[in-house]
Amino acid sequence: MRVIAPTPDADDQYFWDGVARDELLLQRCADCHELRQPPAPMCPACSSLEWETQQASGQARVYSWIASGHPSDAAADARIVAVLDLEEGVRMVSNLVDVELDEVQHGLEVELTFVDYGDVRLPQFRPSAASTS
Amino acid sequence: MPKSPGSLNSINDRAAIVGIGQTEFSKESGRSELQLAAEASRAAIVDAGLEPSDIDGMITYTLDTSDELLLMRALGVPEINYWSRTPHGGVGANTTVLQAVAAVASGAARNVLIWRAFNERSGHRFGQPNAQQTPPGWNWYLPFGLDTPAKVYSLTFQRYMNRYGLTNEDFGRYTVVARKHAATNPNAWFYQRPITLEDHQASRWIVEPILRLLDCCQESDGGVALVITSAERARDLAQPAVRIASVVDSHLMNGHVMFNYYLEDHSQFAECASAGQRLWKSTGLSPKDMDAAMLYENFSPVVFMQLEGFGFCGPGEARDFIADGNIELTGQLPLNTHGGLLGEAYIHGMNNILEGVRQIRGTAVNQLTDPEHVLVGGGRGAMVLGRS
Repeated sequence: MRVIAPTPDADDQYFWDGVARDELLLQRCADCHELRQPPAPMCPACSSLEWETQQASGQARVYSWIASGHPSDAAADARIVAVLDLEEGVRMVSNLVDVELDEVQHGLEVELTFVDYGDVRLPQFRPSAASTS
Repeated sequence: MPKSPGSLNSINDRAAIVGIGQTEFSKESGRSELQLAAEASRAAIVDAGLEPSDIDGMITYTLDTSDELLLMRALGVPEINYWSRTPHGGVGANTTVLQAVAAVASGAARNVLIWRAFNERSGHRFGQPNAQQTPPGWNWYLPFGLDTPAKVYSLTFQRYMNRYGLTNEDFGRYTVVARKHAATNPNAWFYQRPITLEDHQASRWIVEPILRLLDCCQESDGGVALVITSAERARDLAQPAVRIASVVDSHLMNGHVMFNYYLEDHSQFAECASAGQRLWKSTGLSPKDMDAAMLYENFSPVVFMQLEGFGFCGPGEARDFIADGNIELTGQLPLNTHGGLLGEAYIHGMNNILEGVRQIRGTAVNQLTDPEHVLVGGGRGAMVLGRS
């Protein structure tokens, strides 16, 4: 599968460093502790420039999803791309793995896993143990 | 709560569209984007009954490749005193007019030329998975497979469909009407080529089960241009002036032009709803006062979400609004009477403004009977055009 690597910058390097260690890190204001994902260099709630990270639990629910194939190449690998509501109350885009497209529902409980696509490691989500049992 | 629209009184009714121009719309123009810009701009200036020397302001998109000074040199515009550009893509169509109206109403410029011209089919194609590496801001999306606008926007359309129980066939009913309107428009790429719902359903999936090929706007080569001046000067020019009753934009914190995933509810177009409220409050008009609407549609579902956002129908009701025939030429709200970006051409939304002007002037090919007000909507903004 062709996965294009992220190009980390000063505002999100921490996230990809975390991914390399199998950690999903959320940015948190060091002063008022509000989470922000995607990150931002200033807290919109208190204007603080100081921030820290918090490791996400990895529990999430599916908000919306699509099958991402190549529009004119049916043989190309398809991935399920989803908007996820993380348990901590922030959203992120990721992929669903170990699940068929027709099994995905709004609100499906999923959990974090990490997958290497060649040299690119990505945080991915699969149906949680609770939802598949 | 939207901010008070009271301050808009200083721009409402202060400016008018007095000239429109365009090139042919094609898939391979065979000439430079600068030439397309010059041809469309020249046509708009001549249409207005102005000379190039009357133009003192110029506005286009940040994405446009034509340089203002090079275009001045091609057109013979000796000096301008105002220029600006609008960020992002089709959302900029409405914003160009807002900037021109603000410039004219404030006195910063007298006669403003707006243009948008590109070879979007024979040159750089926006809809292709072009990226070889992740551009700034895309780390959260491109590595996960969101490599085309169709996929990017489908993640919000999916929630809309899921919440209100729509299928792709519902979207097809819009495309059928757009192609019906294009079929009688000689400027349209799909002139004399209407489709049936079966044709729509037979077109290939682009993002299953959300978008088929015929839900996607065209890729087009071409240019369009407008000239905007003050309401007073407009009275003395060559064409019946088209009054800009109001023009508004709305962009919300945590929103995003493409990856609009962070506002709570994707099944509603929050920016559109806010823009609509500002528009109605500031003009005293309501959706029922609109005799037609030209709505931006890079993809067919955007029409549904704008019909609801601007208040033409309630949440989840656009499916029935369209299926019941309301957007036909004989309906309550004739929509995209030129065929829209699916049927006529994709000139980044600017060609929808031209159709609004033609309807008010009474020169559209699918002319409605004496429309008084036309809404031209760009999702995150809109304008109401009216007779002077």
